[in-house]
Amino acid sequence: MTDLSYPDVHHVQTPQESLELNRLGLWVFLASEVMFFGGIFAVYIIYRYLFPQAFAEASKYLDVTLGSINTAVLLTSSLTMALAVNAIQRGKQRRLVIFLVITIFLGLVFLGIKGLEYVHKINEGLFPGAMFVYEGTQPLQARVFFSLYFGMTGLHAVHMIIGILVMAILAFLAWRGRFSIESYVPVELTGLYWHFVDIVWIFLFPLLYLIDRA
Amino acid sequence: MEAHITPVRTYFLVYLALLLLLALTIGLAFVDLGFLNEVIAMTIAIIKATLVILYFMHVRGSSQLTKLFVFAGFFWLLILVSLTLTDYVTRPK
Repeated sequence: MTDLSYPDVHHVQTPQESLELNRLGLWVFLASEVMFFGGIFAVYIIYRYLFPQAFAEASKYLDVTLGSINTAVLLTSSLTMALAVNAIQRGKQRRLVIFLVITIFLGLVFLGIKGLEYVHKINEGLFPGAMFVYEGTQPLQARVFFSLYFGMTGLHAVHMIIGILVMAILAFLAWRGRFSIESYVPVELTGLYWHFVDIVWIFLFPLLYLIDRA
Repeated sequence: MEAHITPVRTYFLVYLALLLLLALTIGLAFVDLGFLNEVIAMTIAIIKATLVILYFMHVRGSSQLTKLFVFAGFFWLLILVSLTLTDYVTRPK
């Protein structure tokens, strides 16, 4: 027996509708990510409000040059990710693989530079652990800054590692010809995630590196 | 799939704008503008994020429902930060 009051039950989704619904679903996930990072950003804002001088002083220990290069690297990786999605939207499977591999490479460059910065900071004794050494005027308050620095950039790096692993799987599947002009939802969704990780860094960079440089 | 395909040129223009805004935010950070330094840095970051969301994340060509979800996600963040700050800003020193 057919229930005529629900005419949409047998409605068949077009690929375009399916893509849009998947996109919406991923945005629900990203909204939860906004809250996840947002809570930590709120902690940062509160402590920066409470300890303005200590944060300004501690921020100068970070390397603006490496931070700037890394921001440019990440923005470039967002461009190549957008071009990867664009490639498969036009049915270019080979170009999709190439742009995914470039994006993975840029992601690894970012993590490499970040790792280099971590090593420098840890060697200078700025990791907020038992060996924390700080020459400035307010070591206890500066320690809060470095806890937030390592915490926020660390969580961001974890997101990047996840993104790189997903892209590696996508690149393999793309190489096997799994995606086409008709079916590329995973590529589009991974792109959304990668751009979101980029956005988090767009805010982290000025908040952590560019306080009171003048 | 009848997807709304963005021309490649648009992506490069957005990328160029992002790099120029990055250079601007770095340059202005080294100029002493008092409290305006923070305002400018955050304004530039918001513009960059908006460009990424609208063009790289295709929200510009998305459905009204998706746009609403995107807006709500960031609007909730605004509530989180502003209501939290009402406490700290009004505490006696």
